[in-house]
Amino acid sequence: MKTYASKGWRPTAVLLLLLVIWESSSRFLAIQEWLFPAPTTIIREGINGWSQYAPHLLSTIQLTLIGFAIGTLIGLAVAVILHLIPSLREAVYPLLILSQNIPIIVLAPLLVLWFGFGVLPKLIIIILVCFFPITVAAMDGFRQTNREYIHYMKMAGATRSQLFRKLEWPHAMPSIFSGLKISATYSVMGAVISEWLGASEGIGVYMTLASSSFRTDRVFVAIFLIMILSLSFFFIITQVEKRMIRYQTEGERDANG
Amino acid sequence: MPMAKLEIQDVSKTFDGTSVLDHLTFQLKDKEFVSILGPSGSGKSTLFHVIGGLLSPDSGDIVMDGSSITGQRGKISYMPQSPSLLPWRTVLENVLLGSEIQGKTDREQALRMIEKSGLSGYEHTYPEQLSGGMKQRVSFIRSLLSPQPVICLDEPFSALDEFTRHDMQKWLLSIWEEHQRSILFITHNIEEALFLSDRIIVLSDRPAHVQKEFTVPFSRPRDPSLVLTEPFLTCKKQIYKEIRKLS
Ligand SMILES: Nc1ncnc2c1ncn2[C@@H]1O[C@H](COP(=O)(O)OP(=O)(O)OP(=O)(O)O)[C@@H](O)[C@H]1O
Ligand SMILES: [Mg+2]
Repeated sequence: MKTYASKGWRPTAVLLLLLVIWESSSRFLAIQEWLFPAPTTIIREGINGWSQYAPHLLSTIQLTLIGFAIGTLIGLAVAVILHLIPSLREAVYPLLILSQNIPIIVLAPLLVLWFGFGVLPKLIIIILVCFFPITVAAMDGFRQTNREYIHYMKMAGATRSQLFRKLEWPHAMPSIFSGLKISATYSVMGAVISEWLGASEGIGVYMTLASSSFRTDRVFVAIFLIMILSLSFFFIITQVEKRMIRYQTEGERDANG
Repeated sequence: MPMAKLEIQDVSKTFDGTSVLDHLTFQLKDKEFVSILGPSGSGKSTLFHVIGGLLSPDSGDIVMDGSSITGQRGKISYMPQSPSLLPWRTVLENVLLGSEIQGKTDREQALRMIEKSGLSGYEHTYPEQLSGGMKQRVSFIRSLLSPQPVICLDEPFSALDEFTRHDMQKWLLSIWEEHQRSILFITHNIEEALFLSDRIIVLSDRPAHVQKEFTVPFSRPRDPSLVLTEPFLTCKKQIYKEIRKLS
């Protein structure tokens, strides 16, 4: 907390300054509300409109969590399988890297075409965007296992499965968490974009409705909600990481962050 | 003569055309402490990797209790040159690793051993918070708690400063005298080899073959003041001369 107080005040001050400039310029330059609403207008809408956007928010959170969970499971499973079967890894890994040059988002219309407007194509988009960072992070973690530890384990007679469970998996943990943090942010983005394609509920829908009716304040509310969602998600994973990886010092954790 | 615990029979190993081990033959008797002395890069670690089954020899055999264990892993207990403690395991969990891999752990014994090694209070500490000497102790306890009857130690103290090194040698002897096991001990240090072992095997420069074998005449238990006595210094000179011949 102390470090937060000593380090955090500068960015906080800058943020406050920006808000003050924004607010005062909206007022004194008399910028149209529908073009660029003042922070106070946005905050008011954020408070008063709760009952309006709450169901949308809930729906997006649900979609994100389910997609993220499935994406993580698949990502880890792919990483483990590819790591344990080297011939398969050599065959598939380059293709996996190549596939990342296709922005997943451009596949969205195709997915809608195949799977309709239900929850399935949305989940597929989220899974696709968040599985890759996890797979790559986990595989890197497995592969960068210290040679000396591997030598020790082998000399001690460890089987392939002991080598993986007792050494490679725990060794990859910090790396996997880095992947999870990236994926968490991606999955929120994936959820919102998938909602733009057509849905009945969700922050993406709320945003589309707001912009088509020139409720710019609501668009801003949606943007802030997405930011808050991403940040809280990131924060939760950081907390879980701290619980699970106790052996690292602060310095190391920052380096891995 | 009692049957040897471990026999290295005519072992050769070549890496990409360079011969590293050249028809190496020697024995380790039961409950014997043998040091292997050799120049840097002569192939000492390679020898341990062959004994431990990490590498297969090009020719020759590793025999334990009369049966071949060539290429088999998990037959010896091993302490690597660097401590290689797993950072996510506490001291207690680390010392149990070797026996855990073999399938049976004894927590009580581990705790007793940690206490006897002057590490009580550190059972649940992570390796990162330990000093170099403490890490080596933990690594040694780990190899001692592993069930295998032969322990191979690869330059366990070479990374330590002189003071810690002396403490560790004393400590190692006291522990070993209590839990007699067969030990193969690699070192660069003549004094260390003389102080600790029953026998010293001097390896030649690469490709390594047995240059000379010395039997250490001092009785046990040994006192640290031994290293300053006349007979000790005579032995030291003798070995030193042998090593000078190599270069
Ligand atoms: N896996 C390997 N592939 C190729 N060459 C190797 C391999 N391992 C060791 N060597 C070579 O074999 C020789 C002996 O190495 P080794 O590590 O056994 O020496 P050492 O006696 O333990 O040296 P030190 O005292 O410095 O630890 C070295 O020249 C090294 O380059
Ligand atoms: Mg070596």
